[in-house]
Amino acid sequence: MRNPMAIIGLGIVLLFIFAGLTADWISPHDYDKADFTMARQVPSSTHWLGNDEIGRDLFSRLLHGARISLGIGLISVGIGVSVGAVMGIVSGYFGGAADLIIMRLVDIMLAFPSILLAIMMVAFLGPSLQNAMIAIGVLSIPVYARLVRSSTLSYKEEVFIEASRALGSNDFFILLRHIVPNVFAPIIVQSTLQVAASIQAAAALGFLGLGAPPDVPEWGNMLQKGRTYIFSAPHIVVFPGLATMFVVLGFSLLGDGLRDALDPRLK
Amino acid sequence: MTTYVLRRLFLAIPVLIGVSFLVFWSIRWVPGDPAIAIAGELATPELIAKVREDMGLDQPILTQYSSYLWRTLQGDMGRSVRSGLPVSDEITTRLPRTLQLAFTSLILSALIGIPIGVFSATRPNSWFDGGTMTIALLGVSMPIFWLGLMLMILFAVLIPKWFGLPGPLLPPTGIGTWQHFVMPSVALAANSMAIQARMTRACMLEVLQQDYIRTARAKGQVEWKVVYNHALRNALLPIVTIVGLQFGTLIGGAVLTETVFAWPGIGRLLVDAIGYRDYPIIQGTVMVITLGFVLTNLIVDILYAYLNPRIRYN
Repeated sequence: MRNPMAIIGLGIVLLFIFAGLTADWISPHDYDKADFTMARQVPSSTHWLGNDEIGRDLFSRLLHGARISLGIGLISVGIGVSVGAVMGIVSGYFGGAADLIIMRLVDIMLAFPSILLAIMMVAFLGPSLQNAMIAIGVLSIPVYARLVRSSTLSYKEEVFIEASRALGSNDFFILLRHIVPNVFAPIIVQSTLQVAASIQAAAALGFLGLGAPPDVPEWGNMLQKGRTYIFSAPHIVVFPGLATMFVVLGFSLLGDGLRDALDPRLK
Repeated sequence: MTTYVLRRLFLAIPVLIGVSFLVFWSIRWVPGDPAIAIAGELATPELIAKVREDMGLDQPILTQYSSYLWRTLQGDMGRSVRSGLPVSDEITTRLPRTLQLAFTSLILSALIGIPIGVFSATRPNSWFDGGTMTIALLGVSMPIFWLGLMLMILFAVLIPKWFGLPGPLLPPTGIGTWQHFVMPSVALAANSMAIQARMTRACMLEVLQQDYIRTARAKGQVEWKVVYNHALRNALLPIVTIVGLQFGTLIGGAVLTETVFAWPGIGRLLVDAIGYRDYPIIQGTVMVITLGFVLTNLIVDILYAYLNPRIRYN
């Protein structure tokens, strides 16, 4: 309760997760059912957010899109954490040549401006939801690598590590027992923020036609399709964009709050 | 200073080589024969064989890469599959338009973002502070391309409708007049503006807590001089760095903005090339944009070290 903005963020995130998980049950209409007689209809009492270009219920599609965005966020973060955190720990703990090589790789990946690397990857691998998830996951690898390396470097010099080594602990034990639990807090904070970034990136890729297949109710896809009717049926682009913005906002507020609560040193 | 500059240049070289290798290697991610990917799916077997021979695709990968690098350094990035024109020609035609957009957005974001950050910092926890920082947070969360679409709706649909105008207040697409700049620049600048407002506020708050600020006030200095002559001058260093780094980000963000507004820049060239599977164009544009980003960051690092000697002595 000390951080009202974080509470608001948590509320938005929980609402988003609830929507994604229960979309099949709470959707008022079949998200995939086209009805050309209802094409591009404005919001009404039966279709709360209106209908898209082929008459599908926008509200139902947004709910199912929440599930896709949640999946993209979690999988991309999973890729980033599993690869990036390991790179960071190895780089920070062992140092030397491993640190040099890993950090140069990280520098190269970070040299690409924001989403350009993901665009390039999907352009060459072929547009699909899976490739978009992989590409966005790869974007987050250097972020985690740097973060975890920094944390590992600071914890490596702590007295309790030295004591553990003096008691005969090997590197593997020290990493697992001491380093990993201590770098967990910054990973949690970064993951919350990274889910927001992943959802934004996914929407951008979808908007460029590099994400999910056209009929999948991914929010970026919906924006791309709705763009053609922006002057005749602007509601088709308003609501998916609002949804993206508020979900990103929610995760960002939650991430900031977690950072303040879990690790004041990160402030 | 010279040692610092040389060290930074030296560190940038492996990054530049790594970037160029990643871009070179990316064509091999395409499922199937890279020669077909480069020549195009409709190419004849003779053309495909020629591409394979010219690109040295039967050579070891390092030989191929060094050949690619040498050609690129000479300005030869291959030919567009779609138009047949040299990739470098296509890029040099489009790049100035993207730079125009990026520069305009950068100036706009700095002119609005920095003063808002300063005002917010001098009135912490006020309604103005709370309001502007909330808007800034929304600005950071908002997809750039969605904001572009909303601006189109506002200026091309709603305002003409409200005021009975015969056509859009601002042209939604195209290039040619200053009016064409407005919406794309605002859309591209919004995210940057929000970041600069937040960072300026944070930097100013930190500086305003310093002892010399308290001393200046205790000596009876008027508040606006305390803020602008003492606080802002010291907070400006990290702010200038952030503004400089934003330029590189704006060039990358132009990909989405140019798509929304049909702005004929390098970002739109990239997106069109993806649609046509014009891999030489994709490689060339990604390379140019990324190199620009790396060099911009390098210049900002060097500038920061020049302005803040403590950096180059650490």
